[in-house]
Amino acid sequence: MVKVRFSSALNSVTGTRETTLDLGDTTVKGVFDELNSKFGAEFEKRIFENGEVRRFVNVYVNGEDIRHESGLETAVTDSDEISILPAVSGG
Amino acid sequence: MNQGDNHMSHVIGLKCRECGAQYPAAIQNTCFECFGPLEVNYDWEYIKENISKEKIEKGPSSIWRYADLLPVEGTDYIDLGAGFNKLHHAKNLGKELGLNELYILDESVNPTNSFKDRVTSVAVTKAIEFGATAVGCASTGNLASAVAAHAAKAGLPSYIFIPASIELGKITQMSAYGPNIIAVDGTYDDANRLASEVADMHPDWAFVNITVRPYYTEGSKTLAYETAEQLGWQAPDHFVAPLGSGALLCAIKRGYDELAQLGLIESSNIKVSGAQPLGCSPISCAVREDKEVIPIKKMETIAHSLAIGNPADGYYARKVILDSGGYAASPTDDQIIDAIFLLARTEGIFTEPAGGTTIAGLKILVEEGRIDPDERTVVYVTGNGLKAQDTLIKHTRIPQAIKPTFGEFEKQYAQLVLI
Repeated sequence: MVKVRFSSALNSVTGTRETTLDLGDTTVKGVFDELNSKFGAEFEKRIFENGEVRRFVNVYVNGEDIRHESGLETAVTDSDEISILPAVSGG
Repeated sequence: MNQGDNHMSHVIGLKCRECGAQYPAAIQNTCFECFGPLEVNYDWEYIKENISKEKIEKGPSSIWRYADLLPVEGTDYIDLGAGFNKLHHAKNLGKELGLNELYILDESVNPTNSFKDRVTSVAVTKAIEFGATAVGCASTGNLASAVAAHAAKAGLPSYIFIPASIELGKITQMSAYGPNIIAVDGTYDDANRLASEVADMHPDWAFVNITVRPYYTEGSKTLAYETAEQLGWQAPDHFVAPLGSGALLCAIKRGYDELAQLGLIESSNIKVSGAQPLGCSPISCAVREDKEVIPIKKMETIAHSLAIGNPADGYYARKVILDSGGYAASPTDDQIIDAIFLLARTEGIFTEPAGGTTIAGLKILVEEGRIDPDERTVVYVTGNGLKAQDTLIKHTRIPQAIKPTFGEFEKQYAQLVLI
């Protein structure tokens, strides 16, 4: 099961801070396809702009920023943890 | 917003920098509509009616003389005395570099010896205002000491997330204030991500550069205010600041813009330039190569306090620099070390590698013709060299001991003269 943790900024659309998905081996895009259908258009709008992850949204797979990996094509295996956080901290 | 006693406040709340959505003042850093960063939304009409140069000049010798321009209610400041530091007319360094009017604002003399005391004093004061039960931060060292010290003063516990690899001098200093230190096996960006997750799970804790970041960054505007005040309420033509997250450079420019908007200075038409160490330079590379800021994963530089691979305000910092007609430099570690000693030798100011980066950047920008010799230029030197002794000792010649006799001295003196 892939575990997904949400920023509290998404509370109003997810209603939960964490969810698990049974997707087998997939990609970050596969995970978001599932999340978009689970939480609807409002969730998708918050995360994506013109098909890309918004500039101020950071997505991590096991703590690694997907921008340093293969972006939405980054591989996700069944035991991975994904975090979605705002990119407004640090420094 | 009413404060309950019919006293109108100068702070309306928060607003999104991206989509403009507004929120009441609270512990919040992210827009719920678009995930954009929030900034403080001021009532500028109210401020304009209540501020004057005379009022500021009668204020305390700290950042709090500019309280009317900071997002804090009341006067119960958590104040160790940050700010209102000397603006040095750096004639010696100016001569060495070929600049006719160079000034340095020396931040190494703040209470915990870096500019981070400014932002922290504002953030911890705000944390108390919000009733936070603890404060925290992700830090490369300077912010850690500032937060631990101000938390100690406020009587709050603090949680400090640092990369384990930072300078021992910084760990020694921060430890003295008694914080809870979480040393992360990874980069600053790893420590910051972890701190963000922890902060998100503890809404009653105020992480100064994460959950109360909109208020925190406001503290850096005071660098512009006190520069202008010490220049006789005038702006410089050009300023150079270090680039880590990019927040400092943006806040300084915002500070000048606000003074101009309020009529306290004539104009804020200032060129803004930045310096970032070559081994971690996502913002300066974006400026120099005319591309977007691309986060980097691997970084190698002695300027640990600027080693931020994913700069939160990189996008905005690049824009501020380019819109102003400024530029950016990426000095090497060797250039940074040389610049530390150049600054100390010419102006008597001992800075850490972040300050060396800024001075080295200044030198490069002058050599590249990006700064005109006649521009009134201000450089922000943000931290103290005593914090980075373990880095600098490798570049220091330790003197050999002599016997305490006059003859030995004369022998030594002859050698010194020869050098």
